[in-house]
Amino acid sequence: MSEALPLTEPAPGLAREARTRGVVGRLLRTPSFLIGITILLFWAVCAVFAPSFVPYDPYADDLLNTLQPPSAEHWFGTDQIGRDVFSRVLVGARAILTIAPLATLVGTVAGTAIGLITGYFGGWVDAIIGRLLEVMLSLPLIIVALLVLVALGPSTPTVVVVVGLVFAPLVARTVRAAVLTERHLDYVAAAAVRGESAPYIMSVEILPNITPPIIVEGTVRLGYAIFTIASLSFLGFGVQPPTPDWGLAIAENYGVLIGGFWWTVVFDTAATASLIVGVNLAAESLQRALAE
Amino acid sequence: MTDPAVPPVLRLDDMSVSYRIRGRAVPVLSQVNLSIAKGEVYGLVGESGSGKSTVALAVQRVLPANGRMSGGRALINGRDVGALDRAALLQMRAREVAMVFQDPGRALNPSITIGRQVAEAFEILGASGHEARRRAEEMLTRVRISSPARVMERYPHQLSGGMQQRVVIAMALAKDPSLLILDEPTTGLDATIEAEILDLVDTLRREFGASILFISHNLGAIAGLCDRVGVLYAGRLVEEGPVRDLFADPRHPYTAGLLRCLPRPGLRKDLAPLDTIPGFPPAPGSIPVGCVFAPRCALADETCRTIDPPLVTTGAGRVSRCHHHDRVGDLPHAVPRAAAGTLAPAGASTGTPVLELTALSKTYGSAPYAVQALRDVSLRLMPGQTLGLVGESGSGKSTLAHALLGLIAPDAGGGMALDGAALAPEVRRRTAEQIKTLQIVFQNPDSALNRSHSVRRLIGRAITRLGGLKGAQREAQVTRLLESVRLTARQLSARPRQLSGGMKQRVAVARAFAGNPRLVVCDEPTSALDVSVQAAILNLLAELQAERQVAYLLISHDLGVVRYLSDWIAVLYLGRLLEVGPAARVLDGPHHPYTEALLSAAPSVSGERTGRIRLTGAIPSGVSPPAGCLFHTRCPRRIGPICDTEEPPFTADAHGHAIRCHLPRAELGRSLAPATA
Repeated sequence: MSEALPLTEPAPGLAREARTRGVVGRLLRTPSFLIGITILLFWAVCAVFAPSFVPYDPYADDLLNTLQPPSAEHWFGTDQIGRDVFSRVLVGARAILTIAPLATLVGTVAGTAIGLITGYFGGWVDAIIGRLLEVMLSLPLIIVALLVLVALGPSTPTVVVVVGLVFAPLVARTVRAAVLTERHLDYVAAAAVRGESAPYIMSVEILPNITPPIIVEGTVRLGYAIFTIASLSFLGFGVQPPTPDWGLAIAENYGVLIGGFWWTVVFDTAATASLIVGVNLAAESLQRALAE
Repeated sequence: MTDPAVPPVLRLDDMSVSYRIRGRAVPVLSQVNLSIAKGEVYGLVGESGSGKSTVALAVQRVLPANGRMSGGRALINGRDVGALDRAALLQMRAREVAMVFQDPGRALNPSITIGRQVAEAFEILGASGHEARRRAEEMLTRVRISSPARVMERYPHQLSGGMQQRVVIAMALAKDPSLLILDEPTTGLDATIEAEILDLVDTLRREFGASILFISHNLGAIAGLCDRVGVLYAGRLVEEGPVRDLFADPRHPYTAGLLRCLPRPGLRKDLAPLDTIPGFPPAPGSIPVGCVFAPRCALADETCRTIDPPLVTTGAGRVSRCHHHDRVGDLPHAVPRAAAGTLAPAGASTGTPVLELTALSKTYGSAPYAVQALRDVSLRLMPGQTLGLVGESGSGKSTLAHALLGLIAPDAGGGMALDGAALAPEVRRRTAEQIKTLQIVFQNPDSALNRSHSVRRLIGRAITRLGGLKGAQREAQVTRLLESVRLTARQLSARPRQLSGGMKQRVAVARAFAGNPRLVVCDEPTSALDVSVQAAILNLLAELQAERQVAYLLISHDLGVVRYLSDWIAVLYLGRLLEVGPAARVLDGPHHPYTEALLSAAPSVSGERTGRIRLTGAIPSGVSPPAGCLFHTRCPRRIGPICDTEEPPFTADAHGHAIRCHLPRAELGRSLAPATA
């Protein structure tokens, strides 16, 4: 559509800001982005401040009041050892919102590096690394993560690194495709003719031009990271008790669901779902805004 | 001149079109009036952004979603296109108007055979399957495709660009349209193929009697083909008239400027700079007061700056939108160079050549699919001179440049030497001095300049790498370089997308000159630019050469460009040198038959079409090159079996002029009008 248009030339120096403002402006006019970012902000506030404003200590058990249904004192009821579910759900945002973004960061950085190298060098480097990545991609992510965690023992840093590395091939694939279209442009040849080194060309010349797809890939990965980490916690390989965590809470309490104590699980599930939906709404809008 | 009872095939009545950009209506065409009579070929010229393609879209009502005809009417065969209902509009597009786009490769469906695609055009018109195929074959014959049955079995990618464009034209003609719109139909094609297509269009107009709207930035193509021409500037039709009159005696300063910008025979870098049109076209959406061309016009006075000139009749069938149309002939020319001939003259020079290639070859792939992109090329270039490298696509021009720059490794056995010292095939094995000495200006600045970097950074980095300067020294050098390419410090923080095409190419030139190179490879340095910008860049290159004694390896398919800048010319065909010599001798002759064909394929604005030598047949594939003389399959002067079996010798005469042809020199063609005055 814009092909037929003559290019306008804004005053020098203003275009980049104008473009950034354009993306932000478009985002702020997108309802799905606003909904997504509101959900995200809500959980982010909880992650940072919830311990100071929740009605009960999320760690305090109350063995006289176990498995109480939602009431005026306990809005979301209490769990098997009488802890306040409302407080634990809010504070539970902290664990997931620390681990998931860190894991995403690890995955995006590692994936970007791999994608740049394979895309730039091509040839046998690409062939060997590419086949290895395909092997990793062909295995179910959660199984790979589980195996590594079993081998290394579960701990927060291990979860971050393992989930990050499991995501790296996916990011690498996207980045490689973006690099392939860039490396045939003449500015790369011009840099080579100037005698620039390969790391310089990759990081200073090519990288700035492929940030939009990397940002999009990163936000999409964040949604998956939340899901994966919640699953790992559920399986007992993620966040360890007694830290309040949604996946862990579901694991601890799903056994009593049969007795009708639905509130021990439903709120944690809803929290996880809302966070993933929030991230995905934001990611999708961002992708569209950057594509324009 | 038209019978009032028969409406013109196309008539635009004060047509205005605007695009909606960020909520604002930006006018692209304002009040364009033109009419095309039955059987007439009308040329529409303009530079990029002038709105010429928008005319083509608007008359078919296929503007992009944000485009709108904001005023006036477009009438096809007397019917208002804007007032047609959907059914009538589809009917009109299906039967009356046909369009041929610039890139035939993208106009054809890659996964459907040619026969199927052409037949489809007939099926839409109601022919049965068998009948459609028969008529498709007939139509392909009419566009001079020699074995249509075989071509119909093929897929688009198996055809050359010229053949693809013929197929597209065949499809357009299938409906026997009353109006055929050709939008830059030859822009992506080689000169010899372009000439073929233009000839074809010229023949077909007689056979079919269709009216043609021919949109192009190529003045030569328009001159040779059209009856009347309209010149579009910033969305306004500034001049219109019969093509010969108008090009011979332009009555609008813009038309005159465009014609003078072209590097024409007789003009050389050491005699005079090319005329240019100063300034830039107005930004779309700006509201001009007075004449839209006034800011760039040497004739502009107070009247021009306040009153928008009306279209005035300046002669038989001619109109111009200029207050001073009678004074256009007085427009000042560029001043001839003060010391003409101070540049190193062409000829057998002595001393160390800045570049020497000996028996350079490059083979891609391995047998039996090996493609020899370069065969045994030996060339030398003296300091401060320009070697023009001419050839069609696939001739190995770019391979040669890339090998020289260290981007690809040539085959073992050949040699490259820079200033007498051997040049390693890989950049990283070259000395810092060699890297500084040898730089490049690419064809397309959009690709060659990193779009994330500012001008300061683009040039500054090159200065750090090649000139070894840092900090304040570097900053000072950036400013100096910007000045030498006629840019100002205002552009320092701009990013490429904020600059016009010409400014971008200036930045690319500045970057190449950052380390005071002695040899700059110019790979089609102006082919992505408009003609007015091209002239300015060529002047810049000539001035930098005179100032700094830099040598150029100029790769171009445009003989005008090569003629203006070159001291020596080398002609490459399928990777083989067919002719090398001092520029004047190569251009004046005796020529190699291929050079002769290239020279006569270049369309000239005088519109003369006599004495053209036409090549027939496609450029052979590099996988199975012809035996004997590589050119014999297309050669109009083939003398006999010797051409098919034996490669001609390549010996130079006393002037260093070598021609690879079996014909004796006395029998080879010569230019009718010598290239050097």
